[in-house]
Parts: sequence; structure tokens; C-alpha cells
Amino acid sequence: MTPNLHLWLIPILPLIGAAINGLVGKRFSRHAVAAVALGFCGAAFAMALWIAAQFSSLALPHVEALTSWLNSGTFSVDYSFALDQLSLVMLLIVTGVGFLIHIYSVGYMWEEGGYYRFFSYLNLFMFFMLTLVLASNYLLMFVGWEGVGLASYLLIGFFFIRDSAAAAGKKAFIVNRIGDFGFLIALFLMIKHFGSLDFQKVFDAVKPYSPETAGVGFLTAIALLLLLGACGKSAQIPLYVWLPDAMEGPTPVSALIHAATMVTAGVYMVARSHAIFERAPSALMVVAIIGTLTAFFAATIGIAQTDIKKVLAYSTISQLGYMFLACGVAAFSAGIFHLMTHAFFKGLLFLAAGSVIHAVGGEQDMRKMGGLRKKIPWTFWTMTFATIAIAGIPPFAGFFSKDEILWRAYQASWIYWLVGLVTALLTSFYMFRLWFMTFFGEYRGEAEASHGHEEHAHDSRAGAPAPHSHGHGGIHESPAIMVVPLVILAVLSLVGGWVGVPGSLGGGNHFDKFLGPVFRSSTPALNTEHVQPGEAAPPEQTTEGTEPKTGRSTEILFTGISVGAGLLGLFLAWLLYLHSPQLPDRIASSMHGLYSTIAHKYWIDELYAWLFVKPLIAISGVVFWRGIDQGVIDAALNGSADGARELSDEVRHMQSGNLRSYAGWIAVGAAAVIAYMVWTGLRTQ
Amino acid sequence: MFHLILFSVFGAICVAGAVNLLLQSHPINSALSLVVVMGSLAVEFLLLGAEFVAAIQVIVYAGAVMVLFVFVIMLLNAGVEERTSGSRVAWLLGIPAVLAGMVIVCWALLTHSNAGSAAIGALRGDPAAIAQLLFHQFLLPFEVTSILVLIAIMGAVVLAARSQTVERSKREG
Amino acid sequence: MVPLSYYLVLSGILFACGVVGFLIKRNIITIFMSIELMLNGVNLSFVAFAARWQQLSGQVFVFFVMVVAAAEAAVGLAIIIALFRTRETLNIDQVNLLKL
Repeated sequence: MTPNLHLWLIPILPLIGAAINGLVGKRFSRHAVAAVALGFCGAAFAMALWIAAQFSSLALPHVEALTSWLNSGTFSVDYSFALDQLSLVMLLIVTGVGFLIHIYSVGYMWEEGGYYRFFSYLNLFMFFMLTLVLASNYLLMFVGWEGVGLASYLLIGFFFIRDSAAAAGKKAFIVNRIGDFGFLIALFLMIKHFGSLDFQKVFDAVKPYSPETAGVGFLTAIALLLLLGACGKSAQIPLYVWLPDAMEGPTPVSALIHAATMVTAGVYMVARSHAIFERAPSALMVVAIIGTLTAFFAATIGIAQTDIKKVLAYSTISQLGYMFLACGVAAFSAGIFHLMTHAFFKGLLFLAAGSVIHAVGGEQDMRKMGGLRKKIPWTFWTMTFATIAIAGIPPFAGFFSKDEILWRAYQASWIYWLVGLVTALLTSFYMFRLWFMTFFGEYRGEAEASHGHEEHAHDSRAGAPAPHSHGHGGIHESPAIMVVPLVILAVLSLVGGWVGVPGSLGGGNHFDKFLGPVFRSSTPALNTEHVQPGEAAPPEQTTEGTEPKTGRSTEILFTGISVGAGLLGLFLAWLLYLHSPQLPDRIASSMHGLYSTIAHKYWIDELYAWLFVKPLIAISGVVFWRGIDQGVIDAALNGSADGARELSDEVRHMQSGNLRSYAGWIAVGAAAVIAYMVWTGLRTQ
Repeated sequence: MFHLILFSVFGAICVAGAVNLLLQSHPINSALSLVVVMGSLAVEFLLLGAEFVAAIQVIVYAGAVMVLFVFVIMLLNAGVEERTSGSRVAWLLGIPAVLAGMVIVCWALLTHSNAGSAAIGALRGDPAAIAQLLFHQFLLPFEVTSILVLIAIMGAVVLAARSQTVERSKREG
Repeated sequence: MVPLSYYLVLSGILFACGVVGFLIKRNIITIFMSIELMLNGVNLSFVAFAARWQQLSGQVFVFFVMVVAAAEAAVGLAIIIALFRTRETLNIDQVNLLKL
């Protein structure tokens, strides 16, 4: 009765597009390359929509096993894909936002070299991400996990001729690897304890265990190791250092991979493994603490950055911290909700920033921008929508998701709520700072004065091949192919949150209810999901892990406080960057030490370099290269060759040509044989 | 008793001749010592009853082969041996090894052997009996050795003959 | 009645003298003569055993040894003559071109 949805097609379609573009795309025209890439990505999106349409008629979870993969004794892994509410949400986000970004990239990358390579990598990324999202066992998910890391490396280092880009790609991959190490150890522990990596089997095996409240058991170990993997992929403390450097890649890459999809893989993985995390309360606490700390920490760095993309990068780290905080207080659907709204507004922010950079001819320093709102109105208005959304001001999307997280955090501990609130204030502040510095005031840059272009579609085809710059001067709006995705994402940033309006504000919180079955665990005490203060608790929940402490009015009060924080941030930004622009410098110089620390990102990169990178390079150079490779391996090899040569050099002296020494040796041998024969003869007597 | 005395006397002559061969520095002296050895060996053969072999020993071995040796020594005008540096292996390893091997064998023979004794004239090897054996049982080896002698003759002639070019260069040089 | 082992000991002594002569002498011809001495020692032990086991084959074998020794002496001396012609020396320490 279960219809065959051919889930495997969804990842394979972009893979075919990647293969075509990668293998023969060099000879295609740009139109052909774009058509191939958009075609296959769009097909995947269409399939996702088609599946969504049929979703209500499916028996869940819907698993499609393709073929057996590994079979070793009692342990076996299949190539199988699964679909449930959580993966449907992720699927729609990845294919939808991915498709929009593909369209945008067609215009953005038009003048760059390696056009076919870019779209091949982009489709390859889609393949791996979809594998990750649709996998029904941890091993296939890990394949996708590693694959998106690879795609990220390829795309960050797309302009590989630049040393900084190549180094950034390496940094991303290596730091990710540290997280993957944790993920792998967790997989091994799962195999050892559960004998399988299949989601259903693992979660069924975990059910009988009660939460490990006393000390650290193996479930806590698995959970913490999975968390390590998630920290690497989702750029949390301590493995976040790669994300700001990843801004070396083209802006659509930053939008797709480092805002909307890849970095959310960690959150998805934690949400998927909720059964394990819920039974390891200390691990959950670590998740929440890391999320909170990261959110605050990254926000403090963001207020002092001057590169527009770096501000957005730290903002991404901070928002991911919110998602981790949500998971850490077992509000998994709230975390996924924020993941969805974040995909919309952060993707939009990056794309719009790309449009701004495109307009001013490649400049990324905000101090050299300003007053652009009249010249690039479409970019301005879409970016405004996104900024309001991220600041958490209703009725935009970010408000609903962030508010829900803060509310659930308060129910766990007021500290989480307070730090989250301060972070929201900082978020609003630095985002509006960006907004004011870029679009308001006087233009401080060097691109030629605008020659009165209003927005009109034109292909910016003629231009120098240098990244982001294109030769015909003047600040102008981006072509339609880039603007249309911006508009679509702006609309989603407005309405995207309306599926999750909480009960206290009169909504039905459909999102929460939709994801409810996924996160409901069989132990009633752990059911912390989809409880709305304004509704009656569903009858199958007998006891609650965390009853809402207070009622509906408190929730509205807290909502008001968080909105107030957002508005306060807006006011401060206006004050410092529009009203009295000399104020920031005076503040910075008066708090010189603190400002310098923040501007240098708390010297964390330098600390890591001193602590890990330099010693590792030193050890590699001295111990591994000279000591082991040259001293042991080469020496052994050359030494055995030299030894053989020396030995034969000694032995050859036996062939002296001297008859008498030959005779001497013969005599010795003969005497030995005779002695032996006499001895055996005597013995047998 | 008589047998033992004869054996000891001629055995002593043998050994004396052999040692003299080692001690002499001129090859001709060594050759003559070897002739003495061969002669006393012929007497030993007679003591054991091998008449035919003793005769052959004197006629062929001492009478022809040793004469050949003496001819070559005289032809090549071999002089006293020079003292050149030899082989350390031969001196240090070879001689001790040989001596040790010989001591072991002799000790084993004298103390553990139960081979018995041989009376004087123990096995009469007269020519008729030898010939009987030679032409019936050992016919094939007999014929083969004759071919061997033929080859040896041819080889000796080819090797020792002077080549034309050597002749001419020596005449002109 | 002389014990057989006496004959064998005598044979062994002759053989040992031959080997020692081979090792310490420098003149090629003298070395060749040591080889003949070795062969003679062996002949004696053959005849002794023939007498012991009352089989004439031992004596016949001595006959063959002598034939071979004669042939070998002839060819060997021819080689020595040829060698003398090219190297102008009878000292084997100077015939050492076959070295590594």
C-alpha cells in the first residue's frame, strides 16, 4: 500500500547535473551550463513539492530501501531513504532555497571564469545535502555529511588562485574533520551498543533506557560526540573559526552553504537524534550552554566588523547558537522552526549583500558604502525585510521563531533567557548598523557616481574577469535574474513565520503540531513538545517534563520584552550611525582595550594558531618529516640498499683469483664434511 | 710379524718421501721424492697381494707419468721457487683444517674401527683374474677410458703446440 | 697380520701431505705433483679394502684411477706449458686475472 515515491531520485537528479556540467560543461556555453544546473535542481525541487502534496496520504515514517550496502556478520547497512515530517521540512528548505540561489547565481557569476565548475560544485553540494537529509541511517547521513564538507571546500576555494581563498577552504575542511572525528566515534559506539546504525533500530533500542541523570553513561558519551560533530559542521564554539574565513567564497556560496543549508546539518542531526539526547540530560545541558555562549560570543564580535559579509557570517554563527539553545532545552521543533526562518532571511541577507557588492563594483567594506538606498531600491527594500526579520520584530518571520526559543529557554533556566535576550539586542544592533552604514548617509566609496539608473534588467556580461567588479562604472541595480530570488525570499521572510504563531498570540502553531509526531518519545516524562499554554494538554501525555511555569500573560510579557529589545537595538544603531556618526569612534577610543579585543575576534584565531597549528607544523617538520620519514623510512630503505652493497663489497674479496685460497676454502669444507661423517658414523655404532 | 715390519719400513719411506716433497724448494727434487713414494707404494701393494697393480704402478705411474713431469720441468727450466706472498686463507685456515680432519679420521680408525686385519698377500690380484674382471664386468668403463686417453692426447697436442704467430713474433722480437 | 686401519692411516697421511702441499707450494708443477700424491694415497686405500673384502673390483678401480691420472697429467702439463708461454712465470700467485 505504500506508494513508491522514488526518493532516491531527489539526490540523484542534481548529481546528474553535476556530472554533466563537470565532465563536459567546459565546452558548453554559459546558457547551456545554467540550463543544465537549473534544470536538474528545479526538477529536484518539483519532486519535493510533489511529495509534499502527497504527504498526508503516506504512512510514516516512509522508508524506501534500495539495496544492501554493508553486510558483516550481524551488522548491516542499506542504501535506504526515509521520509517523515522533519525530513520533509528540511527537504523543502534545501531544494527551495537552493533552487532560488541557483537562479541568483546564474546572474551573479556570469562574468566569472570557471562558470561550469561553479554550477557543477553547486549541484554536487545539493546531491550530498539531500542525501544527508533523506538518509534513513547514520552511515548514509555521514556520507552526505562528509560530502557537503567536500563541496564546501571546493566552493570556498573556488577562486583558488587567491592564497587566502585556498587557505580558507583548507581551514574549513580541517576544522570540520575534527568534528567528524567525534561523529565517527559516536557511530562506533552506536554499533557497539545497538548493533545497527539504522535510525529506526537505534531509536527503538534506545527506548528502554531511562535518562542518565546520574553521572556519565554511554548515552551521554554518544550524545556528546555527536555534539562535537555538530559543532564542527554548524560552527559552534570551539569549532566555529572556519565560518568567517569561508566568506572568501562567492556570495551565493555563502548564502546557500553557510547560511541556509550546510551549517544547519548539525542542528538537523541533533534534532534527528533527539531520542538519544533526551536520555542524556547532561549532554543536553552542554548543548544549551554551547548554543547560548556561541550566540552571545559571535554577536559581540559582529558589532565591530567592517566587512559586510563578515558581519553576516558572525550573525550566522550567532543564530545557529540560538538553534542549538533550542535543542538544548529539548524544544527541537522550535529549533527547526528557527532553522527554516533563518534560511529565508539569512539567505536573503547574503544574496542582497552580494547584490550590494555587485553594485559598488566589488567593495565589501561598509565604511566605504553609504547612501545606496536610492540607487539600488530593490536590493534596499528586500534587505530591509530581512533585517527586520532577523531583528525579531513582528510580524516578520524571525520574531516568531526567536520568541519561541526564548520562551522555551526561560522555562529551562532564566539565565538562558537573559543571555538570549541580550544577544537579540546585539543582533538587532549590528544588523541595523549594517543597514544604516550601507544604505543611509553619504556615499563614502570610490565607484563612479551613479548615472541615474533606475533598476532595469540588463545582463552585465561585458566586464573584467576579476571577482565582483565589472568595469562599467556607476552604481546600478542588479539584473532581474538576481532580483527575483531576492523578492521571493523577502516575501518568505515576511510570511514564513506565520505557520508557527504560538497559541498565546492567537495562532494555532501549525509548525509545532506538524513536527510533533517526530519528536514525541515513548517515555511520557520526556514529552516537552508542542505544549501551548493556551491549549489543553493532549490526553496521552500524563506527566510533563517541563510544565510551563507561568501562564499566558507572562508569555505575552516576555514577547513584549524581546520586541522591545529589537527596537532598542534599532534605536541605538540609528543613534550611533545616522544621528551622530562621530560617536562610534569616540566610544571605541575610550574603551580601547575592549574594542580592540572584539575587533580582533578575541584573538581566538591567533590562540588556535599558537596552541595547535604551530606546534603541529613544528612536530610534522621535525618529528614526522625529518625524524620518521627521513630518519627511519628513508634510512631503512637506503640503509638496506647500502648494507647490501657494503656486504657484497666485502664478500667479493673472496674471488681473489688466488688459487691457493680457493684450495684453502675447499680444504676447510672437506674437513668439516669428513668430521661430520665420522661423527655420525661413530654415533650409530 | 714379518708383515708388520715390512709394512712399517716401506710406510716410513712413503711418508718420508711425501714430506720431502713438501720441504724441497726445487721442483726437480720434489719430482724425485714423488718417485720414491710411488716405488714404496708399489711394495705396499705387493704386500696386499695386488701384483698386477704394483707392476702397473711402477711401469705407468713412476715410469711414464713422472718422467713426463721431469721432462716438463726441464723444458720450462723451472728454477727454485720464489718466495711470494701467499694466501692467508690457505695458511691460517686450510692447513689447520686438514690436519684436524686427518687427526679425527686417524683417531676414529685406530680406536673404533673393527675392520679386521689383512694377511700378507691377502688377495692375489694376478693379471688373469684382473683381466677377467676388466673385460667382462668393467668393459664399458675400459672402453670409455680409452676414449678419454684419446681425447687427452689430442688436447695435449693442441694446447702445447706453438702457434704460428707466437713463433714469428719471437723470431722478429 | 696387519690391521686394516694401519693401511688406512698411511693412506690418510699421504693424502694429507698432498693437500698441504697443494696449499703451501707456489710452483705450479709442484702443486700438480701434490695432486698425484693425493691420488696415490687413495689408490692405497682402495687396494687395502679390496684385500679386506676379498673383492678384486677394488684393484680394477685402481687401474682406472691410474689411467685417468695419466690422462690428466698429460693435459694438465700441456696447459702449464701454454700458460708459461703467455705469463712467463710458474708462480701461481701471479696467475690471478680472474678476480673481482
